[in-house]
Formats: sequence, structure tokens, C-alpha cells
Amino acid sequence: MSIGKPLPHDSAPLHVTGQARYLDDIPLPPDTLHLAFGLSGIACGEIASMDLAAVRAAPGVVAVITAEDLARRFGGIPDCSPSIGDEPLLTSGRIEFHSRPVFLVVAESHLAARKAARLARIDWREEPALLTVEEALAAGSRFESGPVIWQRGDAEAAIAAAPRRLEGEIEVGGQEHFYLEGQIAAALPGDDGGMHVLSSTQHPTEVQHKVAHALHLPMSAVRVETRRMGGGFGGKESQGNWLALACAVAARITGRPCKMRYDRDDDMVVTGKRHDIKLRYRVGFDDEGRVLGIDYTHLLRCGWSQDLSLPVGDRAMLHAENCYWMPNIRIESHRLKTNTASATAYRGFGGPQGIIGAERVMDHIAFALKKDPVEVRRINYYTEMAAPGAAGDQTAPEAVQTTPYHMPVEDFIGRAMTDDLLASCDYHGRKAGIAAWNAENPLLKRGIAFTPVKFGISFTLTWLNQAGALVHVYQDGSIHLNHGGTEMGQGLNQKVAQVVADVFGVDTGQIRITPTDTGKVPNTSATAASSGSDLNGMASQAAALTIRDRMAALLAEKHQVAAQEVRFADGLVTVGGEEYPFEQVAAWAYQARVSLSSTGFYATPKITWDRMRGRGRAFYYFAYGVAVTEVVLDTLTGENRILRADILHDTGTSLNPALDIGQVEGAYVQGAGWLTTEELVWDGKGRLATHAPSTYKIPACSDRPREFNVRLWNHPNPEAAVGKSKAVGEPPFNLGISAFLALSHAVEACGDGSIYPDLRAPATAEAVLDAVRRVRRDV
Amino acid sequence: MTGIAFLLNGTPVRLTGESPTRTLLDWLRETRGLKGTKEGCNEGDCGACTVIVTDADGPKSVNACILFLPQVHGKAVRTVEGLTGPQGEMHPVQQAMVDHHGSQCGFCTPGFVMSMAAAHATGRRDHDDVLAGNLCRCTGYAPILRAAEAAATRPVPDWMTEDPSFFSDQISPGESAQQTGGGAPPLLPRSADALAAACLAHPDATLIAGATDVGLWITKQLRDLSPVIFLNSVADLQKIEHRDESIRIGAGVTVEALRLAMQDPHPSLAELLRRYASVQVRNSATIGGNIANGSPIGDGPPALIALGARLHLRRGDDRREMPLEAFFLDYRKQDRRPGEFVEAVTIPAAAPAFRVYKLSKRFDQDISAVCGGFNLTVTGGRIAAARIAFGGMAGIPKRAAHAEAALLDQPWTEATIRAAMAAMAEDFQPLADMRASAGYRMRTAQNMLLRYFHDLAGHAVSVLEVTP
Repeated sequence: MSIGKPLPHDSAPLHVTGQARYLDDIPLPPDTLHLAFGLSGIACGEIASMDLAAVRAAPGVVAVITAEDLARRFGGIPDCSPSIGDEPLLTSGRIEFHSRPVFLVVAESHLAARKAARLARIDWREEPALLTVEEALAAGSRFESGPVIWQRGDAEAAIAAAPRRLEGEIEVGGQEHFYLEGQIAAALPGDDGGMHVLSSTQHPTEVQHKVAHALHLPMSAVRVETRRMGGGFGGKESQGNWLALACAVAARITGRPCKMRYDRDDDMVVTGKRHDIKLRYRVGFDDEGRVLGIDYTHLLRCGWSQDLSLPVGDRAMLHAENCYWMPNIRIESHRLKTNTASATAYRGFGGPQGIIGAERVMDHIAFALKKDPVEVRRINYYTEMAAPGAAGDQTAPEAVQTTPYHMPVEDFIGRAMTDDLLASCDYHGRKAGIAAWNAENPLLKRGIAFTPVKFGISFTLTWLNQAGALVHVYQDGSIHLNHGGTEMGQGLNQKVAQVVADVFGVDTGQIRITPTDTGKVPNTSATAASSGSDLNGMASQAAALTIRDRMAALLAEKHQVAAQEVRFADGLVTVGGEEYPFEQVAAWAYQARVSLSSTGFYATPKITWDRMRGRGRAFYYFAYGVAVTEVVLDTLTGENRILRADILHDTGTSLNPALDIGQVEGAYVQGAGWLTTEELVWDGKGRLATHAPSTYKIPACSDRPREFNVRLWNHPNPEAAVGKSKAVGEPPFNLGISAFLALSHAVEACGDGSIYPDLRAPATAEAVLDAVRRVRRDV
Repeated sequence: MTGIAFLLNGTPVRLTGESPTRTLLDWLRETRGLKGTKEGCNEGDCGACTVIVTDADGPKSVNACILFLPQVHGKAVRTVEGLTGPQGEMHPVQQAMVDHHGSQCGFCTPGFVMSMAAAHATGRRDHDDVLAGNLCRCTGYAPILRAAEAAATRPVPDWMTEDPSFFSDQISPGESAQQTGGGAPPLLPRSADALAAACLAHPDATLIAGATDVGLWITKQLRDLSPVIFLNSVADLQKIEHRDESIRIGAGVTVEALRLAMQDPHPSLAELLRRYASVQVRNSATIGGNIANGSPIGDGPPALIALGARLHLRRGDDRREMPLEAFFLDYRKQDRRPGEFVEAVTIPAAAPAFRVYKLSKRFDQDISAVCGGFNLTVTGGRIAAARIAFGGMAGIPKRAAHAEAALLDQPWTEATIRAAMAAMAEDFQPLADMRASAGYRMRTAQNMLLRYFHDLAGHAVSVLEVTP
């Protein structure tokens, strides 16, 4: 069995020796040209005049391409948008965010292109920019005609009738992806008018589609290849389109291969980030903390173009209740259009923004009732899935509760996971110890918090829930695997290889993993929504099973047994008491003229979703996790530290526990970074002031929890997902919320308990100090 | 220029005709075709470009993206391609990274591996500090730390110890890399006298020591710097001289060398220098560069001013000295005459009540929002002397004169401290920027004085010292 083995990432030996090739490391023809965008100097307004003479005259410049050039050459300006066609590649008129690509420099070197791009003389007609959600709301600047509103029950009446009520607001900042490998693409024109595109993208088919559209080519004439990305996190779901399109049009115009990569600062100002959100809540509850009615308002800052903001906003709504049964709920979501870079996909895709609202409310209720926040959570939890029966089967609870969008929650396991984690990390004992410690320390205060996550697994755009794969077995028994997913570090290729190796009963090392290629597997979905293993694992398994069945049929006939009696294990094929090496059987199959190549396909079952009505089974299943984080803060400066984190996370029956634990650890730290040090600051002109790692601070090595205990729950997924596993990419990101609320609890310990800290996110040292002063009435 | 000579993965390399401000990273990737060293940020903050540079002091990790080719003259450069053994055997840190799942996307991994190998070669086990300059966005660092700890128990492989480019005092500074032709500046003066002459001859030259700031003028601002004079070969500026009452620190002493030297006499300064920047930056940056740069947020000056440092300047054979605070005239304007350079800084040999606190958004490899140095002398319960200086609170590193006055001759009590905190409002009108608001800067600067009071009383004042 290769499924379930803690194998290292398939590229690990290449990573550590520096041999792993990223796009910028791939040798390209010597006549390759290099591109850079000239960027706008205002956030909102028009180009009054543009003089590019100095750009054209700069050393090494081969061509300078403007919006007019594109319109002339291609009959329009190619569009980069993944949704509604509102992202023209270049512009000669309207500017809608600061550092918007205006023109394109084509030069003999990367440096020459960058230098030339700064020599433009452009006069701007600047207009006041809409930068905040309040400004956009007041101006009616939004996507869709009005807010999206979903409701179940009568929230207003339930709040009015509730014994207790409270309301609040939390601001949660955005987040820069900070993939270590910046955006990059290359385009090589073919001899037949086609285009071969290399792209660091999570969505090769999207790049193929956009390039084909731009060049007026059929999709069959564009081939997109992605070997690996140096990190994606959602930032390469749509944002890579710009570079791929720039390369494609420049390659078409010059007839030469073109490569483009953003310098880090350009990457940070041009590309979209996680949506920041302002979240308001009004909640009615009883004396035990049971939520009776709740009303949420989401103000989502989407930036200048629609990009993926609608499904991101939807997913925030789809996670507004997290693990809690909320019988009467109303969610109003505004997707506001601002003069900032277009917010985009980022690990969790709106889910974390919704979940933090639920966790904040639980915390606020506990504060109001002076109860342990864990108890308030427990009393609101969904009904637990029945414990596994003697046969290990698991069944849904009898009285199934439904999510606010009317999906039955049949697989809730939060209670058992909570009990397990609280016991293993001694939550209650430590909480008491922290109170004692705080009483003795005048300057430093500790806090501890527990948060759970329930994360829905499936794309909410239903048709994306499909995948294809291509498997070849060669006559020497070696196996070539290709699927539609992309490798960005998550170990997808290794997991899928383990699935395929399991089918053939061979060692994983026998599986050759190959670059994602739209010429091999067409019409792929983005590797996103945590779906990579679920979708591509199943498609690859299907392809492998088709071939294995053919091989089994051949041997069954030869031995006159039923095909299901042919066994593939340990590199051997066993039939009728005989054992043959797998490669022997492959050779026989070839000689017997049996096809050893197959595609495979998978479409996720059961899901139905009507986003306009906010109704349906949006998700195939839910993945769960629980975390306890302990922090310490300095009351004089707000400086703070994560001391310890304990996590129990549900990945079903793990395909690869080592890779899964890696995802959980990494996601937690990234989630904690989102809510602590990662602060995006724009100045009054809409310029991003934090446009480099010198000013934008992702967690460094010493910021990880001093003590970090991560375990997997390791019970099978009740649904028929690949190997009974569960998706893992995004769900544990939300566990970082426990770090944020632990800080909030530490702030509470600074006051007399009468004022809620109202901590904002990210909880930088400054935000923490502000909250400390608030609870001490020192403002 | 002629003759930049160095060892690259054990092979001698001599370069001619390269621009003196070409980075090692660009040369490795674009000219030499060694693609294992990555560009992540191009400003020395992410560590994806980390390589090992070995000189007479041993192997050190540095950022190749802001290291100019002349800076490796006479040294040995090792990239990730040169880390494996002759038969392709993995270095222990590489094997441990595989075994402990230390790579995910893998893009940062060569840089991590090089930082880990440099530390492994010198026996350093403070992994959090060793790796503070390597950003990873995938793993959350936990498996990388497990790998570092596992590798620490393994011996340094033969091919590392036997390779002459490691632990070797055989590396000579090489032949002179002086530019030929009349009038052109010697790019790489080998002595302070030669530097003085070069500065006199080329008073408009940009002096480049560690290039941890100047590097960004090239990689980010895309400036053309000419002429340039590199200070890395000026051996006599790289000395730390301990005298009875004072310590004289040559301008070319790296921040890392100074940190090590300060652990006994001034532990608080040593800890500040640890947080000054990552190991890679500290291995390149010099204290003279930090002072001469004149940044209002440089961490060295506020600490040194509070210590009572004196600055030594030289122009030709003219030398003068001044209190360090007098050097900073206005925002980015220093009392440095054309052709003059910083030769050294002198600090007291002891200052038991000296403390310096750094406040930044992230603890490691971050620029200060506020950096405060405090040095009070309390005699018979009264404050007999007070030196308080801040970075980040004004256009220059600056003393808190009103706060000092409010402390002088007063009893050492919290009431006195609070009065001085109030007085400090007269000293500064800080700016608001992406690091902190003006109000936060003022409030925390004041609170640092209160922290100092508690610190000297032996109370717990640092979250960094709290254990789970």
C-alpha cells in the first residue's frame, strides 16, 4: 500500500540540491526577449498625455507596446480577467488603481526592460480615489446591483426576542500572498502560428483560454505547461494571466520568445491580495450563550476589477456560521469596488473572513456572559455525527441540522475533536495557570484561546468540480502520470502518484510525475479550493484502474479465472497461484496488443448549488480542525509572541500524513501571520506603502509557536473521496484565528473585565497596544 | 575593472569587464548559469539567494542579491550547486531537509540549506537566529527546525572540511584588483591610507562597505553609481581594539563581528545587534556603514549615542572626532566633508546600566519603528547622569534632552520616570508611516523608559524571554 505512507515530497531531493527548475531556471532560446510593464503613477483618473520616446530610446529596448498598438494589431485590447472581461492588459485612458500596467517594454534583458519602463513621461488627470469600503459604499461603487442577502429563519425577530443582545464590528486586513517565486511566464511562438506558454500558474487552462482569445487562436493552438510553482496560495489562480498575455502578444508582435517576471516590488503593487473585510454583527442569545438570532454585514473590499470577488464573497457567507447551528440568520454581503489592486483568491477564498466573524461572536458572547469561550462554542455546535459503529461505519445524526444555506450537516465531528484536544493540551489547567501568572506580572500578560473550523470542500461554481488524468504504462513497466492539477509545494503530485502506485501495486518511485500540460489533459480546473488531491486523485485512479482492468483481463483469460482474482501488490501481479513481476505483465499486455494508456475523469457527486438563492448542497463534505493557542503580550508596547499551539486536524484517512501535517503547520503559521504582523498599508493616494518584505512582514522562523504540536484526527471521510481522505490545503489556515483570539484574551487580562478589547486584525503590536489602552480606559 | 578573483565552488574564477555594481546573484544566474540560487525579493530580506562566502574568518552566509562582485574578491564563494559531495552525496543538512519534510514549494529551500550549512560548519545551534533571514511561506518553519536540529548531530562532511575553500587561511586576498589607467579610482583599497587617498582623489565617489543598503539603490532604484570605492578589503578598518576604558571599533567591522564582541561588555547592545537584521545582512553590513548612512531608523546610532560614543572621521591625513550625536545634522545630512570617511567609533568599555530596546512589527529582520537606548547613572539613589537616544523618532537619531533633564538629579523612582516620560513629549514630533503611527511611536518611546525602570529592577520586561 503506498496510500497513507509519510513519503517526502517527490521533488524534495531536487529542492535541497537546487536542481528543481522553476520557470526562471528553464533554459530558453538565446533570442528570448524580456518584458516589463510601465505602471501608472495615480490610483484614479486618466492619462492626459504619454511620451514614451525615452523608453524607446533606452539601451536594449526592442519594442514598446501600448494599448493602441494592441488595438491595431489584435482588434482590441486583450483581457486578463478570469470573470467578466474588465481587465484590459494595457490602457491609454482610464486608470483605476495605482501601479496599473500602462505600457509594455520589450527588451534584450530583464534589467534593460525594468530600467526603460521608468523613463516614460506621462501626465495624469488625477481624480479622487475610492480607497475604503465606506467611501465605496457611499459612492455606490460595487459589483453586482446590490448586496447579496441570504437568510434562514427570522433573524430580526429572534434578536429582538432574545434575552440578551450585543453588537460589534471587526476590521480584518488583507494579506499579500508572498509566494517566494514571483509571478513569471514565457511564450514561445510555434512554426504553425501556435503558442507554447510556460506559466507559473495554478490554472493552466485559464491561461490557455486567455491567450487563445487574445491571439484569436483556437484553444488547440495554445499549449500551456506548468512544471512547478514556488508557492501559489491562490495568488497564481488568476494573477498570472497578465504576464502570460503580455508574453504572448509580445511574442506574436516580435516573432521571438518572450519572458516576463515581476520584480518583487512590482509583484506586490500590481497583483491582488486577500480581500480585507469590515464585518458587523448583531446577535441575540440566551443566558447560556446559545445564539438565537444573528445578523451579519460583510463589507468586502474587492479592488478595481471583479476578478473572483463574487465567489470569494459567497464563500465568506458560506462560512459565516462556522461550526455553529444558527437557526435564525441573515447575512448581507457587499462587494465593493475600490481604486486598489483587485483582491483575488487567497487560501481559504473568503472562508476565513466568514469564520473569523463567527469566532469573534462566540468570543464576544462569552465575554458578555463571563463564561469560558469553549463552553459557549460547545453549546452552539452542530449535532455530532454518531460515533462509528462496530463495523467502523459512520452515520449521520438523527435530527440533522442544516447550514444557513440549507445544507444538512451530517459529518460534524467537532465535539469529539474538541474533547480530545482540550484534554491533550491541558487547556483548563493551563488557563488557570495563566490567570495566576498574569496576577504576578505587571508588564506582561498571557492569553489562551480555542477555535474550531468547519470548512466546505468543493468549488461553489459547480462545473469546476471535475478533473482529468492521463496514465501510460510502458512495456518496461514504468508508469507515466499526468493530471490537470498543478504542483505549488503542496505535494499534490506525490499524493496522486501514491494513489496510482496503489492501483498498480507498485512502488511510488515507479511512477513518473510529469509537468501539467494542457496538451495532455484538457479543460482542467484551477488547482484551488483545496480540491487538488480529491479531484485529480480520483481522475488518476480512474485512468489507472482502466489500464489495470485491461491487464487483469488478459491474465484472467490466460489463467481462466475471474478478473477480480488478479491481484496487484508489492510490484507483483498474482493470479491462479502464480506471481509475475509487474513489468512482465506490462510487456505481455503490449505484446498482446492491449492498450496500456488511458485517460481518467472524475466529477464530484452530490453537489447542487444555487448561489442566487443561497440554497443547496454547496459542498461534498466538510473538513474539520481544532486549535488552542497561547500567547504573551507586552502592555507597554503591544509586542506579542505565540508561545504554544496545539492542533488536531481532520484529513480523513490521510493519503500522506507527512505532507498533511506540513500543510497544517504551514497553514496555521500563515493564518496567524494574516492576523498579527502582516499589515498592508496604503497611503492617502492609494499607493501601497508595504510593497516589499522590508515593510510587509510575513512570519519569520522565530515567529512560529515556541511549542507546536500538530496531530491528525485520522478517521475516514464518510464520503467516497479518494482513499477516504479529506482535503487539507485551506481548512487549517483558519486555525490561526486562535492566535488572534488568544491575544484578545491577553488584552482582556489587562483590564477589569468590563470592556471588550475589540481587537482589530492584523493585531500588530500597535493594534494590541490600542486595545490594551481601550480596556484600561487610557484613550 | 580588471581582476576580480575568487573561488567559486572550489574553482578559481577571474572576471574582467564586469560592472562593479553587478550583483553576484545576477552573475551566477545569468552569466554562470547556476540557477540553484534564487531571486525572491532582490533586496536582502528573504534569503532565497543565500550563498556561503568564506574568508579568513571562516564561512558566512550572505545574500547574493545585494552583494556586488568586487565584494567577493579574494574570497571563496559556495553556492547550493557546490554543497553536495564529489559523488553527489547530500550534505547532512540537505538529507535532513528531505527526511524531515523541510521543503514544500522548494523555492526558498536552497537559501535555507546554505544558511543551515554555514551554521553547521561553524557549530552554531541557535537555529532561530541562523534562519531569521530566510523566509518560507509554505512550511511554517517547524519541519525546517527539526531538520536543522537533526543535522546538528552529524559531522561536517569530509568534502567540506577537506575543501580548501573552507576553514582555510590559505585564501589570500588575491592580486590587486586595482583598476588600471590614470586617474581612475582604486576600487578596492587595501588600507585606510589607500582609502584616504582614494577619497581625496574622488570626493564624489560612493563608498560601499556591506552594500546592504546601497545594494537596493542598484536593484530597486536602478541607479547608476559611479565612481564607487569598495571598503571590504581595507583590513585595518576591520579591527576592534579593547582598551582600559574604551573600545575602539573600526568602521569596517561587520555588525555580526561587533555583536560577538559585545556579548561580554555590552550584552544589551549585542542583543540589539542580533535583532539589527538577519545573519546574512549582519555578515555584510558594517557599523561604519550604518553610521555614515545617516538613516533616522538605523539601529546602531541610538544605542551608540546612549553609550556615549565618539566618532572618528578622516580626510586625507586630517583626523577629527566628535560625539556621535553631533554627526547627524538633519534628515540624511551628516557632518561629513567631501573626501572624508568614517574611520572608527569609540565606546566606553563598561556601562552596566545601559539598555537598548528595539520595537518593530516583526522581531527578526525588520526595521525599527522605534529604537531607544538608555544609559543612566544612579548614585546614592539619585540620577547622576542620563543619556537617552532614539531612532525612529525624528529625522535623525536624537537624544531626548527634555527627558534627560527631567531625570537629572532626581530620585530613582517611578514618579521621576513618569515625569520624564511626560517631558519626552517635548523632545520629539515623530512621523507616521507604514511601520507605526506618530502616536504609537511617542507612547512606546515614553513607555520604554518605564520598561527600563522595571528592567533595572529585575522584572520580566521582554516577551522574548517568556517560555511556554
